[in-house]
Amino acid sequence: MGGGKKPDIKLISDDGLRHDGRRLDEIRPVRMRVGVLNNADGSALVEFGRTRVIAAVYGPKEPVQKFALLPDKATLRVRYHMAPFSTEERKSPAPSRREIELTKVIREALEPVILVEEYPRTVIDVFIEVLQADGGTRTAGVTAASLALADAGIPMKGLVGGVAIGKVEGHLVVDVDELEDMYGEADMPVAAAPDLGLVTLLQLNGVLSREEFSKALDLALTAIRTIVDLERKALKESYVSSE
Amino acid sequence: MSKERLAGRLVTPGEELDPEVEAQPPFVIEVDGKKIATVVGLYQEREGKKHFARLKGPYVPRPGDVVIGLVTSVGIMNWYVDLNSPYTGVLSVNDFLGRPFNPAVDDMGKMLRVGDYVKVKILAFDKTRNPLLTVQDKDLGRIVSGTVVEIAPAKVPRVIGRKKSMLETLEKETECKFFVAVNGRIHIECPNKGLEAVAVLAVKMIEREAHTTGLTERVMKFIQEERKIREV
Repeated sequence: MGGGKKPDIKLISDDGLRHDGRRLDEIRPVRMRVGVLNNADGSALVEFGRTRVIAAVYGPKEPVQKFALLPDKATLRVRYHMAPFSTEERKSPAPSRREIELTKVIREALEPVILVEEYPRTVIDVFIEVLQADGGTRTAGVTAASLALADAGIPMKGLVGGVAIGKVEGHLVVDVDELEDMYGEADMPVAAAPDLGLVTLLQLNGVLSREEFSKALDLALTAIRTIVDLERKALKESYVSSE
Repeated sequence: MSKERLAGRLVTPGEELDPEVEAQPPFVIEVDGKKIATVVGLYQEREGKKHFARLKGPYVPRPGDVVIGLVTSVGIMNWYVDLNSPYTGVLSVNDFLGRPFNPAVDDMGKMLRVGDYVKVKILAFDKTRNPLLTVQDKDLGRIVSGTVVEIAPAKVPRVIGRKKSMLETLEKETECKFFVAVNGRIHIECPNKGLEAVAVLAVKMIEREAHTTGLTERVMKFIQEERKIREV
């Protein structure tokens, strides 16, 4: 994140295209599949370009450790984890400081839409495993977890989607990848539930002016609306297409 | 899952439904006067009735439900019974016997063991304590014969069908007796093992294709064909 010596390549070309040929406001090719795991109550695989994330949901259920229970609502337990093979150099499988933080922000991004009061004294486990990391893994993780929760049949007020906005060579770009994140000036992951008009995750790494910030948020919400529509399509496709 | 036609319009969480749909919390909730679906389900319009049927999700016990439980552990004066639900049921030995338990003469291990299926009624449940179960009613108690299959609780209405049409088809075609519990467990009693296998396959087929139309006819055909192939 941030810093590092800038490579010789230009991240934005003179005709306004990014290093991978995308326009400034274009998201990477998205692929979503629901119900990819048999043992989980709900699961989803989400790809944003080369970023690939799998999410599995178990529950609501009675936990083994009873201290996790809350008397008035279900406990949401989230684990965001990057597989050792997900990065260019092997990542230690032990949870890092970063993963613990992302676990927390992802849990808080999902909790407002889930009707947790419907299942008091139970736990809902959400496992998010990054299989391949190329930037935007937390937002892909939120998207995958939201799909997996819907696949598990857990009541939700709406679906959540996520996208990261970046500032690269002075331009605001939608859905940053690893390279743009590393050498860009700013990175702002956003998750939202467009049906509810809720922004559930907002972080900012780097510096944006006030104008840039409000423009970035608009760009993010537009992209998230597209992503949530793709989620709906993926959920429906698990019943109709295949074969 | 299948190439058959959908039995309605697929709805995903957060989608707005027709205002005439009956609210069935937590699956259809009312927000600012709008009816919102909270789970994946099918929206159906039949004979002027607008209906939403969920396709996924857990079973939550309700007092009065007759369900099939699985004994998972034995306590001092009770059994813990898995109900295919986030909440484990508690069956007291006094209730099971219908009289006070006397440790000098009664042996709980001879009444129910871990792994036994029991047909129980939910006596009381309000989410603050685990469901209290009873066997003191007609046809309740340990299941001694036949087999029990488990399906997703959300698919149970499809196994029964409208005005029990699916259930009647199943019973007629397989010559088996079915008890469909709302928690997704189905007790099947058949004249022989061959018919039992066909009945189990038919139930699994209904679970797999619950969201499609014309299922009753396909199940009927499936059972007839399987019986011909298996010669039962």
